[in-house]
Amino acid sequence: MSARDDILRRVRAALDGVEPGYAVPAAPRIAPLDDVVGHFVERVEDYKAVVQRCSPADLADRVTAALPDGARVVVPAGLSVAVPGADEDAGFGAHELDGYDAVVTEARVGIAETGTIILDHGPGQGRRAISLVPDLHVCIVRADQVVPDVPDALPLLDPARAHTWISGPSATSDIELNRVEGVHGPRTLVVIVVEAAP
Amino acid sequence: MSGGTFVGMPAFPKAAHEALGNAQLRHNLAHATGTIRAKRLRLVDEVNANSSWEELRLAGAGVKESALVDLATHLERLEESLTANGATVHWARDAAEANAIVASIAKGHGVDEVVKVKSMVTQEINLNEALEAEGIAAWETDLAELIVQLGEDLPSHILVPAIHRNRSEIREIFLAKMAGAGRPAPEDLTDEPAVLAAAARAHLREKFLRAKVGISGANFAVADTGTLVVVESEGNGRMCLTLPEVLISVVGIEKVVPTWEGLDPLLRLLPRSSTGERMNPYTSTWSGITPGDGPQEVHVVLLDNGRTNALADEVGRQALRCIRCSACLNVCPVYERTGGHAYGSVYPGPIGAILNPLLKGPGADEQTDSLPYASSLCGACFEACPVRIDIPSVLVDLRAQVVDAHRGGVPKLEAVAFKASAVALSDARKLAFGERFTRLGLRVARRFGASKWTSSRDLPPAPPESFRAWWKRTDGGRR
Repeated sequence: MSARDDILRRVRAALDGVEPGYAVPAAPRIAPLDDVVGHFVERVEDYKAVVQRCSPADLADRVTAALPDGARVVVPAGLSVAVPGADEDAGFGAHELDGYDAVVTEARVGIAETGTIILDHGPGQGRRAISLVPDLHVCIVRADQVVPDVPDALPLLDPARAHTWISGPSATSDIELNRVEGVHGPRTLVVIVVEAAP
Repeated sequence: MSGGTFVGMPAFPKAAHEALGNAQLRHNLAHATGTIRAKRLRLVDEVNANSSWEELRLAGAGVKESALVDLATHLERLEESLTANGATVHWARDAAEANAIVASIAKGHGVDEVVKVKSMVTQEINLNEALEAEGIAAWETDLAELIVQLGEDLPSHILVPAIHRNRSEIREIFLAKMAGAGRPAPEDLTDEPAVLAAAARAHLREKFLRAKVGISGANFAVADTGTLVVVESEGNGRMCLTLPEVLISVVGIEKVVPTWEGLDPLLRLLPRSSTGERMNPYTSTWSGITPGDGPQEVHVVLLDNGRTNALADEVGRQALRCIRCSACLNVCPVYERTGGHAYGSVYPGPIGAILNPLLKGPGADEQTDSLPYASSLCGACFEACPVRIDIPSVLVDLRAQVVDAHRGGVPKLEAVAFKASAVALSDARKLAFGERFTRLGLRVARRFGASKWTSSRDLPPAPPESFRAWWKRTDGGRR
């Protein structure tokens, strides 16, 4: 008998007489937030990311200002803002990407309650590697992309895609359980929230 | 390079006794678990301020339970969707089969090293040692795992395997051992956590950038969509999951979550219970191969290794809901004092005290059989568990199973004593007769037979007169 069939047989035998249907209680939702975007900004800042809010007209300037002078910058195809001097990703290898100081991407969803941005690596976000290897990640989130909590975000995502959920810069709690920012992922995360004028 | 394994560890009472003699260990643990307990509690309060932590626990437990009660269906579905997404699915009955599969894939690509995301299951099967035997170095890339691996040490906590080490010990290990494994630690290394983390970043960078094969576990495997999920903090996981050409994920069959939406309560519960964060810094999800992005050859090894034993245990089955958050370790008064090594397994603490016997079966060996007794049954673990595993009830049930497994041989002293008390308690006259000898009996017990019993419990002082003698003398307290 193959390992597969053997394991499935053992699973069925172990559950002999157990009812397969199980009613899962609905997960609770958080109370409505008065200011979803404000809550998002507060929570992202709480995990030591730099957060800025700006209008669409100011976005290009804000992105440029977030990048250090002379930084080598990589951007994904389809980025909606022009970044002067940046190279568009041409399928760079890991060592090539390591030569870049910064990356600018957009995002798919923001979660207010947890201060999380989610990339689904579509247009304007690029391959997973480009937002990982450079040490500075500038991430643009539109205010209308921000949802209150995790259960609001999941239905907006396509599970067939690869996703990266990012909550603050790379961190570790491995030394005496104290949180230290900055290990292997980008050590600096700048989140720019773009709000249309009311 | 590999650390040790837990093979041949002494039973819990002996190992715990030795650990209790280590004052540095107790200090490190009390500090670390105290920090994390406070963080978790703050977040539970925060959830209760605009929602309900208990309802979230019920939902999380429900999602996992719904997967377990129909596990065969969900596993077949998972295999089907993974395959449709371009992944290759393998099945392994035990550690040896899983290790052979991983080694053969790695060898097929001609590599002599792999990079690893922190994963409990690959420690459970001693994958690093198996790969080393095949001439393949397995580099741990999680900071705590790196500390354990470089220190040729054993993990002592599910989330923070090096929790027993403080910052100055970590500095010593980096200075002494990094050079032997790659880029050396800087000579001016201090014991500041940020400086130590920077040293790990520099040391591992070259390994990430050149890696051809990455190895991971998975926190969740979504059956409907063929999606694996890895939850992490440092970015080492993203490196291993994204940069190599080949990715091999070893996944216990209990990791299945039926649907994508089912991830919701679990992704809200896990980081809060684990690191005391609203969300961990990085969560990666991938569904087989993503064309043009990340590894273009993806393998998933579905592992039993005793999980079907646990599944067959009506009381213990719930242990398979575990999402490896380690909240039960952090609140356990026994764990806080003995540390993780005393449990003799990669799964220490309260969850380890039930998971190991459930995976191996009661009566497997003396060390495993000692684990259900490594508890005061105070119940803090149940209260902290985000998926409501009633660990104390499972412990009690396993104690009975351990006793049953040893029936038939030479009875233990404890069993003889209880048999004698059963005779005495079965008949009022016998009890009256026996009570006259309580004081004598306790004195004898103190001198001879009961040292095993009293080494972990107090023997009460003998009363000056028996209850019956007192009743007779005072007419039930009326005189």
